[in-house]
Amino acid sequence: MTLNLFYFLAFLGILCALLVVFSKNPVHSVLYLILTFFAIAGHYVLLNAQFLAVVHVIVYAGAIMVLFLHVLMLLNLNQDAEPHKSGALKFAAAICSGALLIILIASLKGTNLITAEQTVVADLGTVKNLGKVLFTDYLLPFEITSVLLMASMIGAVMLGKPEKNQSTE
Amino acid sequence: MIDFLIYKSILVLIIFTITLVVAMYATYGERKVAAFLQDRIGPNRAGPFGILQPLADGLKFFMKEEIIPNVSNKFLFIFGPCLAMITAMMAGVLVPWGDTLVIGGKEFSLQISDLNIGVLYFFGVGSIGVYGIMIGGWASNNKFSLLSAIRASAQMISYELAMGISIIALIAVTGTLSLKEISAMQAGGVGSDWNMWNIVYHPLGFLIFIVCAFAECNRAPFDLAECETELIGGYHTEYSSMKLGFYLFAEYINMFVSSAIISTLYFGGYNFPFMNDLGLDHNTITILGTVFLFAKIFFFIFFFMWVRWTLPRFRYDQLMNLGWKVLLPLSIANLLVTAGIALWLDK
Repeated sequence: MTLNLFYFLAFLGILCALLVVFSKNPVHSVLYLILTFFAIAGHYVLLNAQFLAVVHVIVYAGAIMVLFLHVLMLLNLNQDAEPHKSGALKFAAAICSGALLIILIASLKGTNLITAEQTVVADLGTVKNLGKVLFTDYLLPFEITSVLLMASMIGAVMLGKPEKNQSTE
Repeated sequence: MIDFLIYKSILVLIIFTITLVVAMYATYGERKVAAFLQDRIGPNRAGPFGILQPLADGLKFFMKEEIIPNVSNKFLFIFGPCLAMITAMMAGVLVPWGDTLVIGGKEFSLQISDLNIGVLYFFGVGSIGVYGIMIGGWASNNKFSLLSAIRASAQMISYELAMGISIIALIAVTGTLSLKEISAMQAGGVGSDWNMWNIVYHPLGFLIFIVCAFAECNRAPFDLAECETELIGGYHTEYSSMKLGFYLFAEYINMFVSSAIISTLYFGGYNFPFMNDLGLDHNTITILGTVFLFAKIFFFIFFFMWVRWTLPRFRYDQLMNLGWKVLLPLSIANLLVTAGIALWLDK
């Protein structure tokens, strides 16, 4: 049952991820990306990480993708507006992404395939356990992440602020 | 296993039906409340006191011509209202509609599923709900619909923040996300065991939550997504027939579910004062509790309507100012003070 669900979600995730790339319409791409996020959230649920799953849906599917969609709808991109890339640029892009693919595959080769430990603890991903782990074992990375987020937030506010010279005129 | 499936299926079916019927009669209620507040009579032709009006409205929706604009994306155009409806229906899964019923020595909980992520599920569903409006508005290929979709999305995201933080203050005190446990903690009321409803401890949090709930449901005074004077009909300008009906209906379902969540979080859920002093048996108290829960829900639905027909619509910049400059700082202050007091009392 769980295995079938896994295969279904994996298939859905990969299919939607491919459709993100191959869709002509950017809005359709974003919608497929949202579906991909749902497939990933499904994987989290299978791993007993319900909190992660729901936060993933709220933050990525619910907020960030809404903003993506927001911007794309405002831009109203269509075929004519799409800038035409030169052949050399396409060639360079293909080589770069090809090299990245090779590196990723090569990094997999070195690892000896460890069969994942069967840590099927029912309350593994509950809010309580996650909170305890975050505030004991991973306190420093957690705090550093919040400082990083704070910095980016302040940066966004600074960028969004109207400049003083203009506003006084 | 089979027993479990049958019991859950029946429960789902009952709650599904109740949600639809309540939403249906909420449309009638809205018109009657509007009429009362404006000193009119309201619908009174179909059946006694116009009680069959929702059925007549539904029939009319089905009989209307189905129009799909030529230029729009057909799949997304149909998918939009479906998504609005699906997400509206999904949130009801979580609400504990009552305590347990004991039938033949077995205990049956009146909650479909008690997820340990609890309240967060409600936020997840709510944040997906906005896609119904966005997809519909975009697929209509109409600039007014598009503007409305963009307004709706910006509004939802802005108010979700304050709503989430106001809930965190409550969770910091209750120590659980599960709606069932939050309900159970408010049991008793005035009576044998003295447990106050959460509204006593979180008055400001409640105020922020209900204002945000109005915004999340796209209800007046925050219904800028369908502001007729600026956007014709907003995101459903191009819709006709039952697809329009779905959008309108989803709003009432959202209102019902929001009222249920507010009642559960802040007003004791299925608990009522003196519930343990009456000396009644468990099942009777459970059924009475469910009746009380619905009474609370109906009051909040009435409150939603009351506000809609009392307050004028906000301007868009006022809406954003309220969301970001008033509600968000207030909810953060509320969280800090509440958490501080909780920590102080704990020691």
